Amino acid sequence: MPTKHYLNATYGIRSWLLTTDHKRIALLYLISVTFFFFIGGFFAMMIRLHLLTPSGLLLSADTYNRMFTMHGVAMIFFFLIPSIPAVLGNFLMPLMIGAKDLAFPRINLLSWYVYVVGAAFTLYSMVTGGLDTGWTFYTPLSTVYSNSAVAPAVVGVFIVGFSSILTGLNFLVTIHTMRAPGMTWFRLPLFVWSHYATSVVMILGTPVVAITLGLAAMERVFGLGFFNPAMGGDPILFQHLFWFYSHPAVYIMILPAMGVVSELIPTFARKQLFGYHFVAAASMAIAVIGFLIWTHHMFLTGVSTYAALAFSFLTFLVAIPSAVKVFNWTATLFGGSISLDTPMLYAFGFIGLFLIGGLTGLFLGSLGTDIHMHDTYFVVAHFHYIMVGGAIMGYLGGLHFWWPKITGRMYPEWLARGAAVILFVGFNLTFFPQFLLGYLGMPRRYHVYPPEFQVYNVMSTAGASILALGYLLPLIYLTWAAFYGRVAGPNPWPATGLEWKTPSPPPTENFETTPVVTWEPYDFHHRPDLGLDVPANPALAPAHGDD
Amino acid sequence: MHRTEGLYGQFRTLEQQKESATLGMWIFLITEVMFFGGIMLTYTINRHTYFHAFAMGSNTLDLRLGGFNTVVLLASSFTMAMAVWSSQVGKKHLISVCLALTILLGFVFFGVKYIEYAQKFHHHLVPGRNFNIAYCVNNPGSCEDIKPEDLAVERDEIAEAVAADPDLNSHAQLYYSAYFGMTGLHALHMVIGAGLLFWLLKHSLAGQFTPQWNTPVDVVGLYWHFVDIVWIYLFPLLYLIDRHK
Repeated sequence: MPTKHYLNATYGIRSWLLTTDHKRIALLYLISVTFFFFIGGFFAMMIRLHLLTPSGLLLSADTYNRMFTMHGVAMIFFFLIPSIPAVLGNFLMPLMIGAKDLAFPRINLLSWYVYVVGAAFTLYSMVTGGLDTGWTFYTPLSTVYSNSAVAPAVVGVFIVGFSSILTGLNFLVTIHTMRAPGMTWFRLPLFVWSHYATSVVMILGTPVVAITLGLAAMERVFGLGFFNPAMGGDPILFQHLFWFYSHPAVYIMILPAMGVVSELIPTFARKQLFGYHFVAAASMAIAVIGFLIWTHHMFLTGVSTYAALAFSFLTFLVAIPSAVKVFNWTATLFGGSISLDTPMLYAFGFIGLFLIGGLTGLFLGSLGTDIHMHDTYFVVAHFHYIMVGGAIMGYLGGLHFWWPKITGRMYPEWLARGAAVILFVGFNLTFFPQFLLGYLGMPRRYHVYPPEFQVYNVMSTAGASILALGYLLPLIYLTWAAFYGRVAGPNPWPATGLEWKTPSPPPTENFETTPVVTWEPYDFHHRPDLGLDVPANPALAPAHGDD
Repeated sequence: MHRTEGLYGQFRTLEQQKESATLGMWIFLITEVMFFGGIMLTYTINRHTYFHAFAMGSNTLDLRLGGFNTVVLLASSFTMAMAVWSSQVGKKHLISVCLALTILLGFVFFGVKYIEYAQKFHHHLVPGRNFNIAYCVNNPGSCEDIKPEDLAVERDEIAEAVAADPDLNSHAQLYYSAYFGMTGLHALHMVIGAGLLFWLLKHSLAGQFTPQWNTPVDVVGLYWHFVDIVWIYLFPLLYLIDRHK
């Protein structure tokens, strides 16, 4: 380990709370989002325990409503959206493009404080009675009729949106202006490309949900009437504005995870990524098309049939760039030299689960089947396959992959592989039965259900318990590894990115001298510095490059 | 990060720093367009659905005060542009004068806005339980700032609007929700802008802006012009819905 690095450069609580070092801010975010992940996880366990029996095991109907609402709010706004961008993205972006920091380090710190203030409001709502509107805050329930602490929660989500906007803005400018000499647009790691696409979604979508929730909060507190039908307002308008952000928000969660997987696959297949340009373009295509499909959440609100047809078609269209990515990852594996280290297990988990989640999304995007599936557990299973099976698998894969870079130490490999398998099994046992439940007609968000559904619910609850163990294990061994793990060295895998050319943990300035990039991304063939004995197989030579 | 002669440590050159700051502000302005876009869409849909109520609400605004504020803000955009220009050509004294004038015009705008808001409170035109679009028509004694002949016109307009839209009061309240929402948001942006201008003034009085380094003036200038442009849209949207009579 280097004697001086970003972790021991300065000491004391002030040196952390007032830091402008993107790597330290990433760790501040890591602690905060982990906190919310386990809060959200606690609510999830309450839901699953309650649903063990048809008449409900331990919560009142009212408390049950609050549990699933707070589960959604904590997980989506305070964990999933910031998780990969604000933790891994923050840490890696400057390292990957050869910069000393993000373009606006103080705005980066500000974004964390904005997150904390938003979190404080929402936590206040959670401990003063919680809220029961569903994470979607549909009006007029949220603005007029709900007897729960809606206002502080909505204000909290409103505030945390600005943290997301600031992060997206910072990333966009950083990618445009801070690249090292030789780091051309098509030499950027795909992790950076996917964060570019994510940032576009963040800066275009988040302001819209901010103003929408702002208006909803004003309606709740001051009695404005835009979304209140009793005053001539329109609740459907709220849903349009809400989903205009909240559907693209799904891509804020999944695109960074795709970026992680695009880093993992070439590294552990030791092969250049197949179709780099297509994967980069697919990220941008997802970001753009993702803005044009929000109404597929509202097929049953009475939107016109023609509008619904258009939105259904566009929903199918977004499957194309997603599939391009999956095919390219799979093609990369072909003929590769594959090693099954923990990050690769997560990458495989991601591909399989994202595939199921994506394809079931098409069931819901079809007008006919959606009428049957709408608001059932099928929807719940579908988006958990994307968000938990996809985004969280990607996040954990990334955390393991870059943990040696972040802490300078390796995690225990076999324990980690075991945890990855436990997570995969637990996840499928939790959520696959929910597809069946939904297909059979069990509506979501109900605190009781007919007795014939019990067997699937018991399976789901059992799976959730395994899943909980699977999440606790990395929390424990990654923390342990940060202090006592084997010293990793600068490039333990080895991988090709710039971030692996600096010591682990990196110095505060990231690089001692500004790096100059002369190689193509994921090219193992022209990198003698990696110390690999890569066969000069012409069939495996890079599709583009200087030869 | 350390700063040496205006260059922050994360950047390699001053050009890179200026490019980053300018691009950052443009991207921020895009987020602002989306932010105001949400409430403008809400306005548009409601105006389309409840045109009579929106026209009636618009007619109860004071066109002279709104028009005066438009002129004030356009003038402040001019002085801001002058400040940017002076910083580019190195007229150090003129920068401070222009910034001070911009701040002054901003405060004139706030003053007029205060008068307008206060009137609306007195006339029971603030959304909520006591909202009453016909308050002044029914209580002329409480609205002595409106001329009797104007009140007579308003009485006819309200009668006409109620005939077209029986739930006029409720829908006029939506108009006033849009009015306070949009102008309030705009005023909030002005307050932030004024704060930024004071910060610029402090640095310009210390003589820190030179033709080589004037990025903050340039970037705050972009923001100030954006806030002005928002008002250029708000003025016709709110004041001029149905003024052709």
